[in-house]
Amino acid sequence: MKPRDESELAEAIRAAAGPLRVAGGGTRPVVRAQGDALHTNGLTGVHLYEPAALTLVVGAGTPLAEVEALLAGERQRLGFEPVRWGALLGAVGESTIGGVVAANVSGPRRVQTGACRDALIGARFVDGRGEVVKSGGRVMKNVTGYDLVKLMTGSWGQLGVLSEVAFKLQPAAASEATLVLEGLDAGEAVAAMAAALGSPFDVSGAGWMPDVGAMLRLEGLAESVAYRVARLSAALARFGTARIEREGSGALWRALGEVAPLHGLAGVVWRFSLKPSEAPRVVARLDCPVVLDWGGGLIWAVLPEGIDARALAAPYSGHATLMRGKGVVFQPEAPAVTALGNGLRAKFDPRGLFSGGVGDGI
Amino acid sequence: MQMPVPNPAILAKKAAVVAALRAVLPADAVIDAPEETRAYECDALAAYRAQPLAVVLPRTTGEVAAALKVCHGFAVPVVPRGAGTSLAGGAMPTEDAVILGVARMTAVLEVDTANRFIRVEAGRTNLAVTAAVESEGFFYAPDPSSQLACLIAGNIAMNSGGAHCLKYGVTTNNLLGVTLVTMAGEVLEIGGPWNDAGGFDLLGLVCGSEGQLGVVTEATLRILPKPEGARPVLIGFDSNAVAGACVADIIRAGVLPVAIEFMDRPCIRATEDFAHAGYPDCEALLIVEVEGGEAEIAEQLGLIRQIAMRHAPVEFRESRSEEESRKIWLGRKSAFGAMGQINDYVCLDGTIPVSALPQVLSRIAELAKTAGLEVANVFHAGDGNMHPLILYNANLPGDLERCEALGADILRLCVEVGGCLTGEHGVGIEKRDLMLTQFNGVDLEAQMRVKDVFDPLWLLNPAKVFPLDLSAERRC
Repeated sequence: MKPRDESELAEAIRAAAGPLRVAGGGTRPVVRAQGDALHTNGLTGVHLYEPAALTLVVGAGTPLAEVEALLAGERQRLGFEPVRWGALLGAVGESTIGGVVAANVSGPRRVQTGACRDALIGARFVDGRGEVVKSGGRVMKNVTGYDLVKLMTGSWGQLGVLSEVAFKLQPAAASEATLVLEGLDAGEAVAAMAAALGSPFDVSGAGWMPDVGAMLRLEGLAESVAYRVARLSAALARFGTARIEREGSGALWRALGEVAPLHGLAGVVWRFSLKPSEAPRVVARLDCPVVLDWGGGLIWAVLPEGIDARALAAPYSGHATLMRGKGVVFQPEAPAVTALGNGLRAKFDPRGLFSGGVGDGI
Repeated sequence: MQMPVPNPAILAKKAAVVAALRAVLPADAVIDAPEETRAYECDALAAYRAQPLAVVLPRTTGEVAAALKVCHGFAVPVVPRGAGTSLAGGAMPTEDAVILGVARMTAVLEVDTANRFIRVEAGRTNLAVTAAVESEGFFYAPDPSSQLACLIAGNIAMNSGGAHCLKYGVTTNNLLGVTLVTMAGEVLEIGGPWNDAGGFDLLGLVCGSEGQLGVVTEATLRILPKPEGARPVLIGFDSNAVAGACVADIIRAGVLPVAIEFMDRPCIRATEDFAHAGYPDCEALLIVEVEGGEAEIAEQLGLIRQIAMRHAPVEFRESRSEEESRKIWLGRKSAFGAMGQINDYVCLDGTIPVSALPQVLSRIAELAKTAGLEVANVFHAGDGNMHPLILYNANLPGDLERCEALGADILRLCVEVGGCLTGEHGVGIEKRDLMLTQFNGVDLEAQMRVKDVFDPLWLLNPAKVFPLDLSAERRC
């Protein structure tokens, strides 16, 4: 099924006889739902774009690339820096903006600007009853009613199928530069990143890649970037002399966002979101190829199949998701929290259309 | 504003409920003497009052859980309360409800600057959160005008904003985790000092749920390094439309100030008489604040000056000292006080698309004229969050009703142009009956189903947010 608009989508869901496998571009095959395919990439189109209000409303099936090109034409962007996981997860296809929302995908700039869930100001979706629900709207500040927008973001399609999403945008940066501290191991890198993120210099990216080292990004007006490059380099002098990347800055962060150093490695892919200062010890315990983002608050790791990475990494404060491989996908939660989640699922999807094959639990 | 008729069966159980609460709480944590509970009969929406059945003031999460279990057992409604600064009636009780105040839970539990968070008890004031990390060069970003008094618990319940959220976001964007006690008395940990949820984003759901899903007793909050400096500029215009266009151009140009505040003539005049901030006598005034090091501030202000000059401002006043910065902010910060001096007022809180600003301002002026009331506008222009202040005379019979009717018309206008009923104050009882102008029955049903999951008996703050007739069947 490939509905072309919201009412066809609602019709398809009302008519569904059993579980549905909802897919946007199919580039984030993390939740391995079973059932009849329901493709959302027919729900395309720009419903509203007002550059002067920093507002974009689009059909959920609109390709991410199209959204990015549209915004770039007005020197604007999605501040949370949606990243592509296709190459890492071995998936081909065109990422859709609805898929980005369903997975709450945020890139390196999350440390400064917030997540996808923070930029999403409105959503429309069809729940498991086939009813069209609207939450939020198109304005940046809105506390009218419960924030179902947050609930939908990162729910991996378990509560309904997104038909339309609205974002708060950001002006694109006039310039950027990256400080690279070479030769730091993951532990030293986390300390350097914590120092940078705790400084007043408005760091918009803090990651670590093997063979590169710690990376710290500064963005903004040209003189401002130059000023902060100098100040931050000085503040981080104890970690070594920073190499300044200007032309190559964008490519570095694209590589980090796509987790390029882990592409093509055999094994299963794990993603840890945790308290940053715990990263060095977790990395040591995992003892496998890793990439760090969000100042150490995000660890990507590739481990041999059959290893329970959560047990190996423990203790840590946060959660781990099995992104590629067989096993329990989502971090088990406390029973009372799981009960609330199941309660929500029963309300929004009483027929269990969107949970087929997700016995692993979200 | 209607409130449900108090349930006589609950009123009749008062003695038993109070005795059961006393059995599980320290003696000074339960208040039931009418002369003492009177202090809790309203919040900052003071036109509406009701004396609660009893008030409990627990000191620990365990005591909160114990109190909720008792109320749950008796099926008594509970109204959570922070400092009672809600402008929407979010903390207003009913006569058959127990007020649960968290104001005694004020401790700082953990400060972690390496991971940039602070964990506090939810009864701590907003400003005292920043005070706890200031000496280490950090601050907590959301800054509602009531920040000296309002509590983090209430900030979370209402998803409070402030003047600086254009850059830093509102409460939900700065909240990492909570300890939540459900109506049944179960204690849950949701989130923590890491990014995003591992499952459903229950934290995002709890924030802004107006105390209807659970009682927050502890919070993990993101703290940010303080910028090196900040400087405001004051720009005066001879029309609202031109000021509105200037706001749009500033945003469009890619400068992202931390705040863009807007005041119209009635507001400028009133604050000038009151605070003597030295504002120019003009139709509309913007305060734009930028942050950073000296050179960065100069660069941004240079750009803003260029943009402003294209709109022929009647005044462009760049602050050159701490004292001048203080004076620029003085009028804005005393706007509400100034209005209070000359009149009673109701403060609205709708949000509109920034592009609709000039159109909405002139429509508000027309509506006000028709209603025979004066409206002054002061608001966060960068994100379209308006605060029209409708002036009225509380001693004049019928004036409050006329004022409320005009307020409803203005909020409907906000929705009509693509905005919403409330940007940062919350729905409470104030906007409850307007919800169907923004949502349809299906949308609200979906929201009420969420409450069904967290609070199946609908005991927590039940008569708020949703139109009474829509929630009637669920409320017992």
